[in-house]
Amino acid sequence: MTVAPKEFSASGMALRTAAILFVFVILFTGLLSAAYLWTRPAIEASAAEEKMKLVDEVLPRGEYDNALLADTLTLPPTPQLGLDEPSTLYRARLGGKPVALVFEAVAPDGYAGKIRLLIAVRADGQVAGVRVTQHKETPGLGDYIEVRKDKNKARPWITQFTGLALAQVADGEWKVKKDGGRIDYHAGATVTPRAVSKAVLKAVKWAAAHRDQFFAETGAAK
Amino acid sequence: MITRDEFRTIAGNGVWKQNTSIVQILGLCPLLAVTTNAVNGIMLSLATILVMALSNVAVASLRNFIPHEIRIPVFILIVAALVTVVDLLFNANLHELYLVLGIFIPLIVTNCIVLARVEAFAAKNPPLQSTFDGIFMGVGMLWTLALLGGMRELLGNGTLFGGIDMVFPGLQPIQLLPESYPGFLLALLPPGAFILLGCMIAWKNWLDARAAARAQRRSRRPAAVAGAH
Repeated sequence: MTVAPKEFSASGMALRTAAILFVFVILFTGLLSAAYLWTRPAIEASAAEEKMKLVDEVLPRGEYDNALLADTLTLPPTPQLGLDEPSTLYRARLGGKPVALVFEAVAPDGYAGKIRLLIAVRADGQVAGVRVTQHKETPGLGDYIEVRKDKNKARPWITQFTGLALAQVADGEWKVKKDGGRIDYHAGATVTPRAVSKAVLKAVKWAAAHRDQFFAETGAAK
Repeated sequence: MITRDEFRTIAGNGVWKQNTSIVQILGLCPLLAVTTNAVNGIMLSLATILVMALSNVAVASLRNFIPHEIRIPVFILIVAALVTVVDLLFNANLHELYLVLGIFIPLIVTNCIVLARVEAFAAKNPPLQSTFDGIFMGVGMLWTLALLGGMRELLGNGTLFGGIDMVFPGLQPIQLLPESYPGFLLALLPPGAFILLGCMIAWKNWLDARAAARAQRRSRRPAAVAGAH
């Protein structure tokens, strides 16, 4: 420990201590920023790569024949989907006819922050599939929303949404059973499935409202 | 740099005498959360070993610049920054491993073991000793969490090394009890972790008490001989 010379007054000591603390804060904030900036491209690249793998899980390859990854629109920040930054929407078509929209949504109220989802909604409003792409839910407790971590391999939790459609399922049933809906949940981790269910319902409604407009748009397709 | 005796003391303290989980009873929060199987416990411990070695060496190197009065905020700053950097580097460069370990790394920030070792050891000792202290404290945690996780899993599910397929895709969990084993939910829930941890602490205290009694008997005998003549 560095010991200050006796002549230092109390305020001088305090000032000196504050200055040292400040230097440490600057130093480690700098370290963090450098690490963040340096790793960002790699992290973004690997996240994108995984998204592509995920698209196959929410929408079977056989259902569309267009180049899905090229038929995209860039969405502005969409509060209805919980997205506060631009995102990409994929349009699946079969013989030129609309099949499904694949897009991202965020459940902002997970147990440990945001849960990012990838959702495919068919042209008739039916959910083709939902997958969790990123979350920080408690390992072993709330992470069953991720297929890989779900112990029920035959029918993972997240697949419950597959096939649900607004036309057949009332708004009130897109909820966990505890809240009077039809979605199963695991005891001890209700916040997580509740957040996901809410986000899926919002996303399906949003897709229904904007579907025709999105399929008609051609501009942003590259 | 480091003598044999120093090294042995540090290793002995970390692995047994000052074992974080069953002697210092620190870091119970992640302990309860992840020891639902042995693999999770081992993975968290490995991540902790890395973070403790790094934070100990960082604090030990900077210890002469940190005023005593503000040491705690500075330690927290150092630990939190290092954990975040480790998290980012893992994510960017070792993505496969990150998918396995990643979720555990942020948990370590909340782990008071890291801060405890920084405060109790690294702030007073040179970097090399501090690095070993971090590693061996982590090793102590590793065997405790692996044992606890293994017991919980065996009692709860009848399996061992569940989730190993996520670390090594080729491996499968071992089904130790018959498939028809109904499972024992208590062992998998946090209270089960507390009960089993209590059993482990009792077991360690029993071993220590037995060793102490034996040492006492041994030391009394020469004394009795001395008294007789």
